Order: sequence, then structure tokens, then C-alpha cells
Amino acid sequence: MLRVIWERLKQGHRTIAYPKAPPALPERYRGCPVLSPEKCGADCDRCVSVCPTQAIEKKGNSLRLDLGRCLFCGDCEEACSSGAIRFGQDHRLAVRNREDLMMEGRALRLAESLDRKARRLFGRSLKLRQVSAGGCNACEADVNVLNTVVFDLGRFGIQFVASPRHADGLLITGPVPANVRLALQKTYAAVPAPKIVIAVGACAVSGGPYYDHADVLSGRSDLPPVDLFVPGCPPHPVTILDGLLRLLDRL
Amino acid sequence: MPAQTLLLRNGQAAARRAIPVLPFSAFRETLSSEVSAGGRLASLFAWEEKPGRATLSAVVARGKEGVLSLFSTEVGDRYPSLTPECPQAHLFERELAEQWSVVPDGHPWLKPVRFHSSYSSRPGTRDNAVVAEPLPGRTPFFRVEGDEVHEVAVGPVHAGIIEPGHFRFQCHGEKVLHLEISLGYQHRGVERALLGGPTTRTISYMETMAGDTTVGHAAAYCGVVEALAGVTAPPSAQMWRGVALELERLANHTGDLGALAGDVGYLPTAAYGGRLRGDFLNMTAMLCGNRFSRGLLRPGGVAMRADGILTERLLEKLEAAFRDVRGAVSLLWDTPSVMARFEETGVVSGEQAESLGLVGPPARAAGLVRDVRTEFPWGPYLAQPVPIAVQSSGDVWARAAVRWTEIRRSVEFLRQVLSRPMTGSLREPMRPLAPDSVAVTLVEGWRGEICHTALTDPAGRFLRYKIVDPSFHNWMGLALALRGQEISDFPLCNKSFNLSYSGHDL
Repeated sequence: MLRVIWERLKQGHRTIAYPKAPPALPERYRGCPVLSPEKCGADCDRCVSVCPTQAIEKKGNSLRLDLGRCLFCGDCEEACSSGAIRFGQDHRLAVRNREDLMMEGRALRLAESLDRKARRLFGRSLKLRQVSAGGCNACEADVNVLNTVVFDLGRFGIQFVASPRHADGLLITGPVPANVRLALQKTYAAVPAPKIVIAVGACAVSGGPYYDHADVLSGRSDLPPVDLFVPGCPPHPVTILDGLLRLLDRL
Repeated sequence: MPAQTLLLRNGQAAARRAIPVLPFSAFRETLSSEVSAGGRLASLFAWEEKPGRATLSAVVARGKEGVLSLFSTEVGDRYPSLTPECPQAHLFERELAEQWSVVPDGHPWLKPVRFHSSYSSRPGTRDNAVVAEPLPGRTPFFRVEGDEVHEVAVGPVHAGIIEPGHFRFQCHGEKVLHLEISLGYQHRGVERALLGGPTTRTISYMETMAGDTTVGHAAAYCGVVEALAGVTAPPSAQMWRGVALELERLANHTGDLGALAGDVGYLPTAAYGGRLRGDFLNMTAMLCGNRFSRGLLRPGGVAMRADGILTERLLEKLEAAFRDVRGAVSLLWDTPSVMARFEETGVVSGEQAESLGLVGPPARAAGLVRDVRTEFPWGPYLAQPVPIAVQSSGDVWARAAVRWTEIRRSVEFLRQVLSRPMTGSLREPMRPLAPDSVAVTLVEGWRGEICHTALTDPAGRFLRYKIVDPSFHNWMGLALALRGQEISDFPLCNKSFNLSYSGHDL
């Protein structure tokens, strides 16, 4: 018993100060991209040709990046010799509408909070059911990590629950393989209304690397409607937390 | 008399025609004699060069000699199943029946693996596309009959934040008589999409094959295409791959020991393990900006900058994290209630592990001395060997103990490697892949052996790219571990394997 207490003292207090203080991110972290199309070479389309998910479009002098498709792999930044595409340090990436992830010459329109009525319902207690639908276990792992002492999701009144019947919404990861559609639909149907849906990661937002596969359904209109899109591959846990707190107007 | 086979070292390429195409009876005999001589079926797959006739190729890992033995045979619509005399082939044969509509006659349990339509262009008897809506889980399950026998169905959606899969238990009271695991919910069609590659997207497929094994699969892929292109990644780049691979192992082993503690209700280690796992992921992010090594490994080398300050800071973080991991994990061994739950739970015998071809910690926990880093060393492990961690009891405790030993050895590896200079060139330009060639790589991921085999066509494109995640071998091990256990031991046994669904389902 004494050893347990001694170890507890040694391990110390580990919960991060975020959101009161800015999050500590790795120096080489690839956050929100910064586009400077004016730096583009006239006939250069190297970024377009190296992008694994065709997230970049170049038309004349404009550069368009679909952040929902982006894997934040950094291949475009490496290929671009003029600095027209680079990844910044901003971890805030969550939006309410899929179109808001189309970056083209303006700042990202970050997620607005739920309306007043929904905030009254969920603002102080939001229970989510996580559904992995073809996720590779990276998004799942960095959602799960929010439950650790480091992020301590419980302090915001947000909790992942075991049954959809106990949930206020779903948090979906993965590109939704056809094989899991029925399970996803049944889980969604089991959540009592009103309910919200959060899509975490490039796969859940756009299909990610699997965007055009016949075996996956991501982005199809007959899937549950999404209220919050969190891009990334996988998004940093702070990015996911930022999205959740934005939705609840807790930032 | 076993036939001559093509012998390759790990990460070596050869002309495709050098793989002998044996008559089926010689193929079968060769496989049997290779396996009875201690070889292990690392990969068995079919491919079609011309539509209509499938070629079946086997890769046998001869651990003692450190070589891979390749041989092929041509099969029509059906052939006599290999599984009855070589149980290691059981899931491979189910897979090739599903992928290429080739029926292994006499297979004891021929069912779909991933529930998708056939890759083959010829109409096949097991082509799932003919089913209006192939639904995973809609298949007969092994059933135990009896008045007091009941069946428990769990999943595909589980109570935690984990991937989907269906588990069907046959129980008598609390006791599990049999567990059958039915997967396929995560099938994204990766192997089909790889045909005709590589493309700019291929590395992203590898990095998301099993997201917690990003480095493992990316390293195997880079090894294969570098061999086929005749490119050698710079020595420093190889060492950084080793660093990333061992950090991946540390993160997952630490997290899993914490989760094992959670599954037996021992909260101190559960709380610390979750945090410490993140510390190793953050060290990975120090290399490349991403906690899961996304964007780090690229054919030809690694996409990162290296300097003395980075290695110094990594070593500092490593020592701090390891100190806390040691404290957190030693609480487990000192707590009788934890040990009582770990010991003699979920036993897989060495004999079972051998005949099923288990890999990684579950195999080593059952006394099998197999680890790619020692048997088939490549790059970083040639420069800095890692000794194999082995236990013999095959229970949850043994699997946990193997992981703890591996944590210590990975830390030792990193200490050694990071104290050497690892700067200089980190990337070579890639070249086109050699036409009509074959290459195989093995990588010891944290779950066990990852095997990638690539065959190229006359244009140097992928004619076939076969991926074997360690989970593919090991799911059956979990099913066996549950036999005779209380059903409430399932979470504990499951976590002691912690297998990948996406890596299995591809």
C-alpha cells in the first residue's frame, strides 16, 4: 500500500492546463496549413502531383486545399520549393460545415457552438458513443487518450459511454466501409433524439486515402448527418478537444 | 523429395521467374517438409498474371537460417486443401478462396474472411458479389449443442473506443467452450487498390493499414520497394526507422500494460499507463511532427531532419518516461490480486502456437523463440541487435511479462542508437521498380511479424502486393486462449493480445 502511495507521489499531477493555457505542441507539429498562392511558380504543380488524396487544386493563380481530404503528411510542403504551402502550428481545425474545410484565400471558419437549446441540453453534460467505422486505430487511440489523466475529458462534462441508448451523439472515425454500414446505422438509430454526430479524422470527413474506393461509403448522403468535422490524420488530441469545446461554447 | 525453392534474405529482390512453379503435389510436399523442418508459413497468396488461371505462392520463413523460401504452383478453380496437414494455412486458404474464387477442397472451415467480392475476373463459385448484399457476420457459426449450452454474441460495435468485430461464444454457464471471431467490418479494399501501383497514395495505405503500426507497415513497404528499385536507404535513415519502430513498440506495450491493469480493476497502473503511452507518442512527434509517425518513412529513407539536439532531447525524454514506466509496471508484479488474475488465464500452449503459426509476443509468451529482429535482422538490427524476450507459460501473465522485457530492451536499443551520430544524408532518390521481379520483407512490429511481398509486372507495376499483418496469424490464438475460461476473462485475454482489426481486414 505504501508503495502505491509512493508511486502516486512520484508520478505527479499530469493534467494539462489547456484550455486555460495554450497547448504544448511538438516543434515539428503540422497544424493548419498556410497557403501563399502568390509565391507559386507559373507552371508549377508539384504539390498537386505529390498529394496522396488529391486534396490540392491549382487553377491559374489560386490554390485550393481541401482540409477534409488532407492527411497533413507534409509531402506537398516538401515538394514546394517556393514556400507557397507550409504547415503552421495552429491546432484549431474543427468546423461545422464540410465546405468550410475548403481552404482558398481566407482563414478557416472555425466551428460555431450549438444553438442555445442544444447547449442547454448538452453544454454541461455531453455523452458520446464512439463508432469506429473502418478507422485504422490511430484516430481511435487519440480520441481514447482524451480519457487519460493528461486531458481529463471528464472535467468538461464530456464522457464516452458504452451504449448508444445512454448517448447524446456519435463520434465516428474511419471511412465507413460498406461492411459496417448497417452497424453504424443501427447505432445511430439507437441514440435518442436530439442527437449530434462528430466526424473525427480525414477518413470520417472525406474517406481519407480511401476516398474513391468502392468498398467505403464516406461522404455519402445516406449516412448520419455530421455536426462537427475534425480533420487530420489523425487529428492531435488537442484538436479534437478544441472541436468538442467549441461545439459546447466552452472556450 | 522436396523441390528446390527460391531462397531470399529479408529485403532481397529476385527475378519473378526464379520462383519455381511446381506441380501441385510437389508444392504440397515441399510446404509440408519445410514446415516440419521448423519453417513457418509467413505468407500464402494467389495472383493472376493472365485472367483465368491463378498462381499460388508460398513464403516460408526459415527462422534458424534467416532465409525466406518461395515456391509456387498453378491451380484451377479448385485444389485439395493444405490446411488438414498444415493448420497454419487455414486463414490463408479462406482468404484466397474469397479473393480469387479458388476453392480449397476439404478445408475444415471454409468461410469468408472479409466479406467482399472476388478479385478474379472469372466467375467463381465463392464469388460473394453474387450475394445481393454480402453482410459480415451473416454466416454459419460453429455451435455447441446441449440443453444448458447458450450462445453469446458480442459486436460488431463494442462498448469501448475500439474497432468493430463480431465475437460468438459457446458457453456452458460462465465457461466458454468455444469462441469464434468473425471480422471484415473494417475492409477498405487495400490489396485490390494496390494492384498496378505504386502511386503517390501507396505510402498512405501503408501508414493507415493498422494505425498503431504505422512504422511497422511503412518500414516493410519501404524495404520492398527499395529492394525492387535497387535503392539503399542511407544508414542513418535506417537507424531512424529503427528508432521510430521501437518508439511505436514502447508506446503500445506501455499502453497495453496499463490497459491490462484496467481490465483487472487495478487503477494506479491503468492511469499511469495511459499517460506514459502518450509520452512515447510525443517523442515520435519530436521526430516528424505526428504522434503516429505519419509522413516519417518514405521510400528511399526518412522525411525528417536530424541533429545532435534532437537526439539529446529524445534521450532525456526517454529516461524520464522509462523511470515512470518502471514504477508503474512494477506495481503490477507486486500486487497479488493482479498476479492472481494474470496467472493461468488465457493459456495458449507452445504446441498450439507452433501449429497455428502464431507470431510476436503471444508466440514468445508460449516459449517460441521467434522474432524478426533476431532471425531476419535488417538495417538497424544488424547494427544494434535486440535479444529475444521469451516466457513459457503462455498465459496473460507471460504475454505481459514478454512485453515488459521488450520495453526494457527497446529502451536499451534506443539508448545505444541515440548516443551515436545519426546525421548526414537521410534520403536517396527513388528509381522505378524492376520489372518482373519479386521481393519480400519482414519487420517485427510491436504485435509481431509483418510480411510484405511484392510481385511486379513487365512494366514494373505491382502485379500483386500481399500484406500479412501479425493479427492475421494471431486472432485464432485469441480464440484458443478463451477455451475453458470464464467469459468474464474475455476483455483481459483480448487486451493481452490486443490485435488489429484494420490490419486483418485490410
